[in-house]
Amino acid sequence: MIAELGLFFLTLALALALVQAVFPVIGLARGQEIWLAYVSPAARAQFGCLLAAFAALIHAFLTNDFTLAYVAHNSNSALPWLYRVSAVWGAHEGSLLLWALILAGWTWAVSLRTNRLPADIGALVIGVMGAVSVAFLLFMLFTSNPFLRGLPAPLDGADLNPLLQDPGLIIHPPILYMGYVGLSVPFAFAIAALIRGRLTPGWARWVRPWALAAWVFLTVGIALGSWWAYYELGWGGWWFWDPVENASFMPWLLGTALIHSLAVTDKRGSFKSWTVLLAIGAFSLSLLGTFLVRSGVLTSVHAFATDPERGIFVLAILGVAVGGSLALYAWRGPSLLAGAQYSPVSRETFLLANSLLLAVATATIALGTLYPLVLDALDLGKISVGPPYFNLVFGLMMAPLAVALGLGQFSHWRADTLARLWQRTRLVAGAALVLGLVTTAVIDGPQRISAGVGLALAGWIVATSVHGLWARCAGRASWRAALAVLPGSVYGQSLAHMGFAVAIAGVCLTTALSVDRHVRMAPGDRIPLATYEFRFETLREIIGPNYKATEARFTVWREGRQVAELYPQKRLYNVRAMPMTEADILPKLSGDLYISLGESLDGQAWSVRISHKAYVRCIWLGALMMAGGGLLALCDRRYRQTVAVPALPLTATGA
Amino acid sequence: MTPRRKRMVVIGLLVVGMGLATALILRAFNQNLMYFYSTSDTVAGKAPAGRDFRIGGLVVKESLQREPDGLTVRFTLTDLHQTVDVSYTGILPDLFREGQGIVANGQLGRDGVFVAREVLAKHDENYMPPEVAAALAQAKANAPPNKKVP
Repeated sequence: MIAELGLFFLTLALALALVQAVFPVIGLARGQEIWLAYVSPAARAQFGCLLAAFAALIHAFLTNDFTLAYVAHNSNSALPWLYRVSAVWGAHEGSLLLWALILAGWTWAVSLRTNRLPADIGALVIGVMGAVSVAFLLFMLFTSNPFLRGLPAPLDGADLNPLLQDPGLIIHPPILYMGYVGLSVPFAFAIAALIRGRLTPGWARWVRPWALAAWVFLTVGIALGSWWAYYELGWGGWWFWDPVENASFMPWLLGTALIHSLAVTDKRGSFKSWTVLLAIGAFSLSLLGTFLVRSGVLTSVHAFATDPERGIFVLAILGVAVGGSLALYAWRGPSLLAGAQYSPVSRETFLLANSLLLAVATATIALGTLYPLVLDALDLGKISVGPPYFNLVFGLMMAPLAVALGLGQFSHWRADTLARLWQRTRLVAGAALVLGLVTTAVIDGPQRISAGVGLALAGWIVATSVHGLWARCAGRASWRAALAVLPGSVYGQSLAHMGFAVAIAGVCLTTALSVDRHVRMAPGDRIPLATYEFRFETLREIIGPNYKATEARFTVWREGRQVAELYPQKRLYNVRAMPMTEADILPKLSGDLYISLGESLDGQAWSVRISHKAYVRCIWLGALMMAGGGLLALCDRRYRQTVAVPALPLTATGA
Repeated sequence: MTPRRKRMVVIGLLVVGMGLATALILRAFNQNLMYFYSTSDTVAGKAPAGRDFRIGGLVVKESLQREPDGLTVRFTLTDLHQTVDVSYTGILPDLFREGQGIVANGQLGRDGVFVAREVLAKHDENYMPPEVAAALAQAKANAPPNKKVP
């Protein structure tokens, strides 16, 4: 009964989304304002309906209603209740419902703020988001209904994929989706502006917090995914250039370009057209990500469906959204062009250069991710692109990006000269160079050069960020008072850039310094690794709620003192008869101690992976600092001030 | 320099830079492409020598042998038509099992043994990598009808 109610609310949400998408168009075509008045209430009601549908699905999981095919495939009565809740978005149908719910949530939040926009633009923004919602709700109702009854119902469910039975996976998808879907707000705004053929003054300020919030969620979501892969997949990698990871990374890269480009548009009035294009691109890549992950073209943990009908449906959504918005851009974009002028040496130039570098980096990742899929679809052979390609190309892009980031911090808006820029940067550049050279001299191994370059760049970014703060206090009587009145966005910017530096340093150092060994060990064995000694103490069998496991006890010693006690497990999940490696990790900023069990060999011996992952935490710390910087910037009081909006007659299309 | 010439120089530099970057990217791309070959293709000599490629097939039952160090394994892959021996040193993935479809990255040695750098099995017990499924179908289609498939 509750499930039928869920389906009812889902259908009702579709009807409301249609109202939301169609009414602004009718209202604007007829010039009747009354149609626009229904748009926001419809959006809010849609959110309510989807909340109800989502609650119904959670209820079905909590009460073990295995008559629902989706519950039967992804849950089990022995599954702990928390994982039963997260199993709601553990597979295709439920994660689509979550996607739609989050979209409705963002729309609801937007509807509270459209009073700061001209009525026509506000209604269109919500209308565009409604249209996206219509597409996804149709997709769900026609191809992936989570409330479908499967009769006869099984006595018990097929259990949630053990890989997903993990605290990290409870929050990773919702946060990532918040980011993906949040990018629909700048997108909807760009489309609304293109339809009306005008950008209202202050529009960039209105869009900025939305883009920033989406970017913060995306940053945290990607970092969580990387962290989860690191400890849960049992081999200690933190990034694989797996197509699914790339699918989330590409919108992040363009989103990063977007928030910077928006800042320039807000402050200086330049880059308008580029900003609009980035807004379209970032959300298009989010949709592409959804397509890649959900259509079954990719085979990985994330790809649930192998139903071609679904793939074609998402491809159609993608085609209409991307093709339509790009066509609209080609038609209307030029009218948005006129912006403030700037000279070739100026902060704008460096920001533009980095925007372009991010776009090119996105394109190279897209090439490596999509080319194999295209070849496969055309039956031209099966290929894959190895991680070395991504590492090399992405590294080559990030180096000039880091340089330009610092130069941008040092240079003035609008016009500057190379001579003055050199004057200001030479000390810092020299110091960064020395740091790099020292790093290269201290580290040995094949990665010493890249580690040196990475640390030099990281040092350069940190120094320029500090300089940025210092320059704002220079000339003030008291630096303390000067720091206190700086707006949140300035601190946010510094923190985020330092986070980027920390992440660069983490990536380079962990690549250069980590040591990893596969060894055969039996209880009593001792193996040295780096400055540590790993001792395999004992083995025991344990029984979990829905699995059996072999647990090993290891102690780790350094200079005659015990520094850690670790308990890696090898689990066998009862229902799916699926083995799982549970690594045990001692986290430390300077490097994690990582142990995972491989296979049981003869007697009590096991193949064991022991690693020292140097500075690996810096990667996620850097990501969190970036997200924290974004949050600080969001708190800036400028976003809370209301901007006066000029009223325009509804029929005016600007042009 | 006149502003006009200055602009031309900047544009010229940009074009050269973009060209160089594109060439570098495509070169790196080309060097890191890995093609997939079935065991029949590999036995027929279609797979490249001295270059990484991916091979896939079913692990022949009871073919898994372990060297005394406990870490080096040898097993046989088949597309139910031809077989290739694979050697690998390291920890096999959780879902590596005899009789299952797997994909391995690595190079073919002179002795015809594929030396795997990485072995991939899927995170799902029912899973057959699509490459392996296609290779099996291909081998079945190519097999002479009177020949008994092992």
